[in-house]
Amino acid sequence: MIALLKRDLALAVRAGGGFGLALAFFLIVVTLTPFAVGPNAGTLSIIAAGILWLGALLSCLLSLDRILALDYEDGALELLATAPIPLEAVAGIKALAHWLTTGLPLTLVAPVLGVLLNLPEPGYLWLTLSLAIGTPALSVVGTFGAALTVGLKRGGLLLSLIVLPLYVPTLIFGAEVARRASEGMPISEFSTPLALLAGITLGTLALLPFASAAAIRINLR
Amino acid sequence: MMPDLGKYAVEVLSAYAVTLGLVVVLVVVSIRQSVRTRTRLRDIEEAQAARRAPPADTARKETASHG
Amino acid sequence: MSLWEYANPRKFMALSGAVLPIAAVGTAVAMVVGLVWGFFFTPDDYRQGSTVKIIYIHVPSAMIAINCWLMMLITSLVWLIRRHHVSALAAKAAAPIGATMTVIALLTGAIWGQPMWGTWWAWDPRLTSFLILFLFYLGYMALWAAVENPDTAAELTSVLCIVGSVFAVLSRYALVFWNQGLHQGASLSLDKEENVSDVFYWPLLICIAGFVGLFITLVLLRTRTEVRDRRLKALIARERMA
Repeated sequence: MIALLKRDLALAVRAGGGFGLALAFFLIVVTLTPFAVGPNAGTLSIIAAGILWLGALLSCLLSLDRILALDYEDGALELLATAPIPLEAVAGIKALAHWLTTGLPLTLVAPVLGVLLNLPEPGYLWLTLSLAIGTPALSVVGTFGAALTVGLKRGGLLLSLIVLPLYVPTLIFGAEVARRASEGMPISEFSTPLALLAGITLGTLALLPFASAAAIRINLR
Repeated sequence: MMPDLGKYAVEVLSAYAVTLGLVVVLVVVSIRQSVRTRTRLRDIEEAQAARRAPPADTARKETASHG
Repeated sequence: MSLWEYANPRKFMALSGAVLPIAAVGTAVAMVVGLVWGFFFTPDDYRQGSTVKIIYIHVPSAMIAINCWLMMLITSLVWLIRRHHVSALAAKAAAPIGATMTVIALLTGAIWGQPMWGTWWAWDPRLTSFLILFLFYLGYMALWAAVENPDTAAELTSVLCIVGSVFAVLSRYALVFWNQGLHQGASLSLDKEENVSDVFYWPLLICIAGFVGLFITLVLLRTRTEVRDRRLKALIARERMA
């Protein structure tokens, strides 16, 4: 399993793996926002937390179809399905690799990009933490979407259509934490959405790999 | 006959029009699909039955299946 | 004699063929009676004026929109657990109906909201969850359309339907948390105080019956089409093999 994780990480980082793509996309979204809403610092600081969450979510979406597509094409996925480790674990590892190469870097650059959007001072810590808690759910849900569409020739657009509605609860709670914190509210004001965000992440982590594995099995049959 | 809808006539009438329009579209599409599939199925079943030729009673059974 | 008998395509076709005309006539009668009664013979509400007449299409379509997904969830589970093809095809047949009903509920709601709340659209939890429900229908139908092998498509969409249901419920509660709404509470409930008044109650019930009938009729009709389509594809495939 560790070997599989290492292999996936190496493949993602190597050229063509799309490792830097998500980060570049995130940067572009943040750069384009002031062009759309105007350079007024006050306006920007109100919407900063939400834009950063939305940008991270969309960037996450970009690399989802790579989670399984390459392995499906070269037959590695079939080998993994017959390997001694359960397919549920493979799905989990795939999601983890995706998070390490996408969710984690996005989380780390978010506060830097927050400067560009004039994110209010108290928001930095909780924006980063809410992303760190929420993005694993995005990777796991995304792996499920990738598993559903892996056999399709042009699955990319369909993948977005399927996955985005599933991202709604995570986005609502994650952005709510970041927004309330950046408005300077004390932690008691946003501990509920924070707990719910963590709950969704843990729930998807525990259950969705089973659905992903089921979908992969159906697609391989 | 027409009830007096007062100042909201446009709203009420457009809501009914939109609903009826969408329902009619849905019903028409469903019926057209149904008719088309039924005709195609009958055609192909008859063609296959004819090719397989007699004994005639097996051919009839083939056509009768699936209404 | 059990319910599962009708999972056999041939039995299903025989039964649904017999039921379909009755359901169609019943639906037509209930729709005409309910809508004519509601549109022509009910008084205006003292606050909402004549816009209250929109309730006869808004509430039933919203009910069908939600319950259609519930029906798809149940038929998906039946397909996954008991492998009855008709069940999977019924879910496929129902999805476009549910999507249409969601659009009707959203549009009539917007038309109603304009004079009453002063806005076409508000990010109210009920409105927003219907919009998200519509997205779920779109994704579900797109997946059916995209997968070529019908059995694979049936399984994948069933898995999506189950996972989607969980997330739909999650989204619903997330939205309530996110924003308190403008939308009024339940129009129909056992609690007499909350209910709409009697003048509107009976025509509304008949309209709901009409919409339920419409749903049943269309599901039967469309499922029959799907069953025939499967047979058609099988015959074509067999011909090519021979």
